[in-house]
Amino acid sequence: MQGLKISLPSVNLLLAAVLLVGLGLLAGCSGAPGPNGIDDPYEATNRRIHEFNRGLDRALVGPAAKGYGSIVPKPVTRVVGNLAGTLDLPGDIANDLLQLRVADAAQNFLRLGVNLTMGVGGLFDASTAIGLPGKPTDFGETLHVWGAGEGAYVELPFAGPSTVRDTVGTVVDIALNPVRLVLPPREAMAATGIKLFSRVGDRDRFSETVESILYDSADSYAQARLLYLQNRRFTLARGKEAANDDDFIDPYEDPYAE
Amino acid sequence: MLNDTSLSRRAILAGLAGISALVALPRAALALTAEQAQELVNKTVDEINSIINSGKSETAMLGSFEKLFTSYADVATIAQSVLGPAFKTATNGQRSAYTNAFQGYISRKYGRRFREFIGGKIEVAEARAVKSYFEVISTAYLQGEAPFEVRWHVSDKSGKSLFFNIIIEGVNMLASERTEMGALLDQRGGDIDQLITDLKTL
Repeated sequence: MQGLKISLPSVNLLLAAVLLVGLGLLAGCSGAPGPNGIDDPYEATNRRIHEFNRGLDRALVGPAAKGYGSIVPKPVTRVVGNLAGTLDLPGDIANDLLQLRVADAAQNFLRLGVNLTMGVGGLFDASTAIGLPGKPTDFGETLHVWGAGEGAYVELPFAGPSTVRDTVGTVVDIALNPVRLVLPPREAMAATGIKLFSRVGDRDRFSETVESILYDSADSYAQARLLYLQNRRFTLARGKEAANDDDFIDPYEDPYAE
Repeated sequence: MLNDTSLSRRAILAGLAGISALVALPRAALALTAEQAQELVNKTVDEINSIINSGKSETAMLGSFEKLFTSYADVATIAQSVLGPAFKTATNGQRSAYTNAFQGYISRKYGRRFREFIGGKIEVAEARAVKSYFEVISTAYLQGEAPFEVRWHVSDKSGKSLFFNIIIEGVNMLASERTEMGALLDQRGGDIDQLITDLKTL
């Protein structure tokens, strides 16, 4: 109990600090992005963190993921993934509502209900099976919907590519996750553990993609940065055409363009 | 790192004399339609589907992918655009050697990635005119994965309708390969001959 009393105010303090710093950075760094729409003023630091992350993946996360993928039977890793997805739903719903996306909130709410009942407490993703696919979101997207700019590109230790806006989003999502706030400490820890294992499972499932970026490309930092920014912008645009037109490269008009 | 959940996923120069002949043709004879662009992608996708589900060996599959790229993609233009300014200063011999090496490199690289599609399928949905080209939108369905979007950019500026870019969930092949080729060239101190030699083994 004492642990809880101490940790809650400190989490709130930390959250407030990160929000202040983050929003300051967002306001300060809304300058024009460089070529290819990349704004990376902290590149030198980011590259050092990237090397750290790569070392960590090579020595620990990659092998652990391979072990996890080969030792644990596939149905079990799938159940872990399903549980993690269901645990994310309350946070998704909260963000949907903050974004005023009522239809998405309703769909995720329905998913939560279906997975908890037909899916036996979230062990199975029954909703996707009946045509209710996931609509994942996060607080970084909420900030985007509220009009916050992307901010500078950053690579975070352990977590990898992000932007200032998405970093603030991640911190808020972790600190204010409804599941973590509602569950007793021990169950909240178990929930965190499930999510961690689910991420390790993802590292194994997408190992070919991850390894081709981290170990087979000439400049894995630049490649990861480009992939993250392009994919993130695509996700946030939600099929709006403006985002695609920005992607258009005309190799016929300007074949020597940088 | 652990951030990869959604990432989860990518000839010979056209004769200059030919281009001036094409310009002289009436526009209508040349103009690409949305249907033709879609047809090109349909054919490409049908072939990808049949290659990935053929049960062939990896080497045989990569060979088939190279053939597919040379028939349906504008490899010469892609190669030139990916190398960027360095292409301009290269000699004619270097240009054609580079384009050749690039063709093998890009086929192996993307062929290996398409192999992950085994057991899955790609469905073409629609084509639309955007600026000076056509965009064909398709969806990839992979076993045990959420479906994802693959966009194909198609043009007939080479004199034939061919695709020149693939965009998978927003990730742009031309942009990604420009970054990669720039880094490969930098690592070799800008030595294009060394780059050509090494591309053959990548």
